Amino acid sequence: MNAHHTPPVATLELDSVSFIHRGHTLLSPTSMRLAGCQRTLIMGPNGAGKSLLMRLAHGLLTPSSGSVRWQGVQPAQAMVFQRPVLLRRSALDNLTYVLAINKVARPELKALPRKTQAMSALEKFGLAHLAKRPARVLSGGEQQRLALARAWLLNPQVLFLDEPTSALDPAAIKAVEDAVLEFHHSGTRIVMTTHDLHQAHRLANDVVFLHNGELLEHTPARDFFTAPTSPEAGAFIRGELVW
Amino acid sequence: MLTSDNAFSTALTLILSMDSALISIVMLSLQVSLMAVLIASLIALPLGAALALWRFPGRNVVIVALNALMGLPPVVAGLCVYLLLSRAGPLGEWGLLFTPTAMVIAQVILVLPIIAALTRQQVEALHGEYAEQLNSLGLTRLRMIPTLLWDARFGLLTVILAGFGRASAEVGAVMIVGGNIDGVTRVMTTSIVLETSKGNLPMALGLGIILLALVTMINAIAHIIGETAKRRLG
Repeated sequence: MNAHHTPPVATLELDSVSFIHRGHTLLSPTSMRLAGCQRTLIMGPNGAGKSLLMRLAHGLLTPSSGSVRWQGVQPAQAMVFQRPVLLRRSALDNLTYVLAINKVARPELKALPRKTQAMSALEKFGLAHLAKRPARVLSGGEQQRLALARAWLLNPQVLFLDEPTSALDPAAIKAVEDAVLEFHHSGTRIVMTTHDLHQAHRLANDVVFLHNGELLEHTPARDFFTAPTSPEAGAFIRGELVW
Repeated sequence: MLTSDNAFSTALTLILSMDSALISIVMLSLQVSLMAVLIASLIALPLGAALALWRFPGRNVVIVALNALMGLPPVVAGLCVYLLLSRAGPLGEWGLLFTPTAMVIAQVILVLPIIAALTRQQVEALHGEYAEQLNSLGLTRLRMIPTLLWDARFGLLTVILAGFGRASAEVGAVMIVGGNIDGVTRVMTTSIVLETSKGNLPMALGLGIILLALVTMINAIAHIIGETAKRRLG
């Protein structure tokens, strides 16, 4: 769509970032570079530190040591959570809310009144008929689409998604994955956690593999799935239990 | 002799006769308590929310103090306001003692800790749920306050009603700072005290029944508003 007009996405650099909580090292010093408009999937078993790494990258958590830096201007970011956090208002009001508090708008919607912008996002994500419904009585899939619509309105250059499909049925998963591709197509960098190999196959350009709070691999997706370098990643791909 | 029969019939007679003295007492009671709750809410809702969001040294002391003040005896609050407003007191020149304004001030002091302490609890719980999303949206704590207060609105309605209950039921504070002056500062609760001490028990009980009916009515209205909005907005 307007991928040609969007400026290149800034590079995120994590330099020896660690996270220690009450004496427990949840993330060992980790360095990672996220460059270009890619779809990066962070993978690993439960408790590997995927969500933690993402929260550090997004700035929701402050690292115990090391630094999280954007090269150049810090880009507009948004995050979609595993369980969408929606306000106790109608679906439409959830969207006009973010437009009111964030002074940003998608360039193609900029000239329109907030309500019209919000309605166009609802339409885009197939929620227009639910505009007046309370957001919190929507189904799980609808709620997650509403969270994506909200992120869409923020026009992020980087979108973080934390296991966005883990509680959804196949149709809803498909809708979320389509939305992720749509974001990427319009020039948004994707950083997403999942433990679903098939999903990673469908979406990943590159894969970050974590295990026990350590970053073991960061490779292009093709290499990761065909020739993982660490035995843990190999076992993970073969579907064996890794500890 | 007092029977519940003649108390009810006295109450009924009072209501049906539309006694102007009674009406002015009822109106003053409502005015004082509603005004006190309004003022206390305007201060205590943002205060409670701020207390939920900010971490600072001594925060726990403030919370404990606020919780303790929920049980502040009305006569003590009344006495403090009395000392402030009496001729020799620091605010004596305002000439507010024995006026409805003094009664509002005293009731604000009683109601404010209740609303602030309970708001703090409600907002803190909601913030636990919203924090990551609101941080991700880049909201400062100051800007989270209106969001959290609005989204906690159904719970806060009950909080405000608890404050209103306290204000409309207390007698010690309004008695001390109002003085129970006929036609000026006489309210339902002070009238009940007066009628009881005069031995006019049917009248006292009749007034009590009217007071209870009024409070019930206001709570019912608030409940209906809350439930309707909740059903509409989830």
